[in-house]
Amino acid sequence: MNIGELVRTARWYLREISGESLYDRYLQHHAAEHTGQPAMTRAEFERWRVDRADTAPNPRCC
Amino acid sequence: MPGLSVSNRSGLNLRSVLLWSAVGLVGAIAWGVIALSRGERISAIWLVAAALGSYAIAYRFYARFIAKRVLQVDDRRATPAERLNNGIDYHPTDRRVLFGHHFAAIAGAGPLVGPVLAAQMGYLPGTIWIIVGVIFAGAVQDMITLFFSMRRNGRSLGQMARDEIGPVGGVAALIAVFAIMIILLAVLALVVVSALAQSPWGTFSIAMTIPIALFMGVYLRTLRPGKVIETTVIGVALLLFAVVSGSWVAESSWADTFTLSPQALVIWLVIYGFAASVLPVWMLLAPRDYLSTFMKVGTIGLLAISVLIAAPVLSNEAITKFAIAGNGPVFAGSLFPFVFITIACGALSGFHSLIASGTTPKMIQKESQVRLIGYGAMLVESFVAIMALIAASIIEPGLYYAMNTPAGVLGNTVQSASAAVNNLGFAITPEALTAAANAVGEQTLVARTGGAPTLAIGMSEIFAGVFGGAALKAFWYHFAIMFEALFILTTVDAGTRVGRFMLQDTLGNLYKPLRDVSWKPGVYATSAVVVGAWGYFLYQGVNDPLGGINQLFPLFGIANQLLAAVALTVCTTLLIKSGRLKWAWVTGIPLAWDAAVTLTASYQKIFSTDPKLGFFAQASRFSAALEQGTVLAPAKNLAQMSTVVTNSLVDGVLSVLFAALIIIVIADAARVCYRAYRSPTPLPNTEAPFEESRILAPAGLMSGGGDRREPAGAPSRTDGPPT
Repeated sequence: MNIGELVRTARWYLREISGESLYDRYLQHHAAEHTGQPAMTRAEFERWRVDRADTAPNPRCC
Repeated sequence: MPGLSVSNRSGLNLRSVLLWSAVGLVGAIAWGVIALSRGERISAIWLVAAALGSYAIAYRFYARFIAKRVLQVDDRRATPAERLNNGIDYHPTDRRVLFGHHFAAIAGAGPLVGPVLAAQMGYLPGTIWIIVGVIFAGAVQDMITLFFSMRRNGRSLGQMARDEIGPVGGVAALIAVFAIMIILLAVLALVVVSALAQSPWGTFSIAMTIPIALFMGVYLRTLRPGKVIETTVIGVALLLFAVVSGSWVAESSWADTFTLSPQALVIWLVIYGFAASVLPVWMLLAPRDYLSTFMKVGTIGLLAISVLIAAPVLSNEAITKFAIAGNGPVFAGSLFPFVFITIACGALSGFHSLIASGTTPKMIQKESQVRLIGYGAMLVESFVAIMALIAASIIEPGLYYAMNTPAGVLGNTVQSASAAVNNLGFAITPEALTAAANAVGEQTLVARTGGAPTLAIGMSEIFAGVFGGAALKAFWYHFAIMFEALFILTTVDAGTRVGRFMLQDTLGNLYKPLRDVSWKPGVYATSAVVVGAWGYFLYQGVNDPLGGINQLFPLFGIANQLLAAVALTVCTTLLIKSGRLKWAWVTGIPLAWDAAVTLTASYQKIFSTDPKLGFFAQASRFSAALEQGTVLAPAKNLAQMSTVVTNSLVDGVLSVLFAALIIIVIADAARVCYRAYRSPTPLPNTEAPFEESRILAPAGLMSGGGDRREPAGAPSRTDGPPT
């Protein structure tokens, strides 16, 4: 594995684990399932995503 | 690649035999050194080698056996993530990413605190339990719970208990989950209070996490939506600055403002918990979660590297006299059952079953990955516990007992503490105690119970040995305190919110509007109840003359192991109901062990006539003295005497409740299992029906690993890194 690949893999992992890539996934999903309807903007999507946790918190273990 | 898969599948090539023989040999030699060295100090490296060797063998052979033979994972079967894929709740997630998410959710303060307290028994009992326990109980529970929840579209443990055992077992499980949550939050908050009391440096840096989190929340919501990594990097930089600036605050005129008594800290924590429960998640909870996850994973990684480089020598004895006599000052009771109660997380943690039946089963790509994610992540958590045990065991025993014995026994001065430690049979001079406190920038280390400060001392020694030397010891100590307090508080705020939802959901059956999670009066009322409940136990712990950790930690351990009993019971019932009776021992044996441990501990806590051990014996001894107006040490006046009586009675009643819950759940499940055994036809199955998978993904960590199954003609699609 060369340096370029290593950086790409690290970036991919960080974006996945932090949830940054969720918006890309949403756009893909939206394009496939709801063709023609406007998708949420990044800001709208991120608000919608974090606000969902208001009513469904994830427990953290001891 | 296909060639590689074939050779792996045959399983018996020369290279693999040699490799696994070597791994086994290293582990066996390390175990030999640990077991046979008596009276001489051994290097911590042997503990690391024994752990890693055992984990590797267990993962390769036992976890594989469970996946293939017991669970019969089937990669042709589509997982809920694939079938119900909606891009958010359900989505096939790369196994390495999901491993990270799952590990971050299960790892917390438990594996760090428990082993530190259990070091009073010596390093050997803890090491054996952490390694053997995780292999045969903890990792098995996590993996099998994850599997069964995955086969049921991600149902929660409580739902599975209700579906599989019945309403009685279901209700008992629900009460158990709520009760453990309250005790857990109280004990964890108590650990934070003990670490921050009278410490302006620590209190300041932890207090700063609140404005930092608020800033991150606003930044992420309005300025840079979705830029989580960038925001976290800024937050961590601010956090490190807060730790550094804590030392300036401690020496400035602000020091008094941040020097708080334990009682004052309790009030602040209760206010914080309430606020975190009612405020929108984006403001406080979400950014704090990013910070604490980063700190948690980063520090654990740093610690693992440092332990390997520094290779510290253990000062603790292999087995101390307290292990047999059961009269240790940190917590009462002998090795069996109390080592197995004190070290819960890291060996067997019931709480994990809530995570394994939460979001993880909805994201898993392939059935065979339950081995990596369920079993594998728990092995890593166990390794964290081993490192905590090492950190506590490199400390001189005199200092260890001066920090972990209740204040009532040690008194307030270094002189009285030194005398009390000598009474226990260990030695530390008053000067050495003062020097140890000064070295880490604290006023005193006497009676800093709860495990966090002891761990921080051990970690600061290990880190300072690798980076920066003695000059940075104070920084590393407060870094370690910050790291622990940060994610304990994250557990406390998330837990309060989860508890509030559970309460709203349950009480909503009696009074409809409470169900509505946006109805403000209901939100405030239920939050107040949850905060009040753990706040009560926290306050009790802070004021108990017998020492809050000494009194409450066993209850926390019993509660956590009770939840493990519920999870293992559900798993065993499901194995039997699904026609796997001959494999029921896989969860049945850990269940029997866990029940034996928990019930013995409960029995001793309820019925022991030794007032140090039994809650009711304690209550009657102090109330008898109270009636005659005498004051018994360590209480100093009659008010403290009645505090002891009340606390002991409450704790005793709670022990009875916990024991009753275990018995009810197991008895109810036994009835169902017997019915399943006698029934000529299988009992109704709650599994989601089979659907053919169209995804291709490897089972193991490495993409070339065996266990690869390719559905004929299916389009391949993986979410791996860009190539």
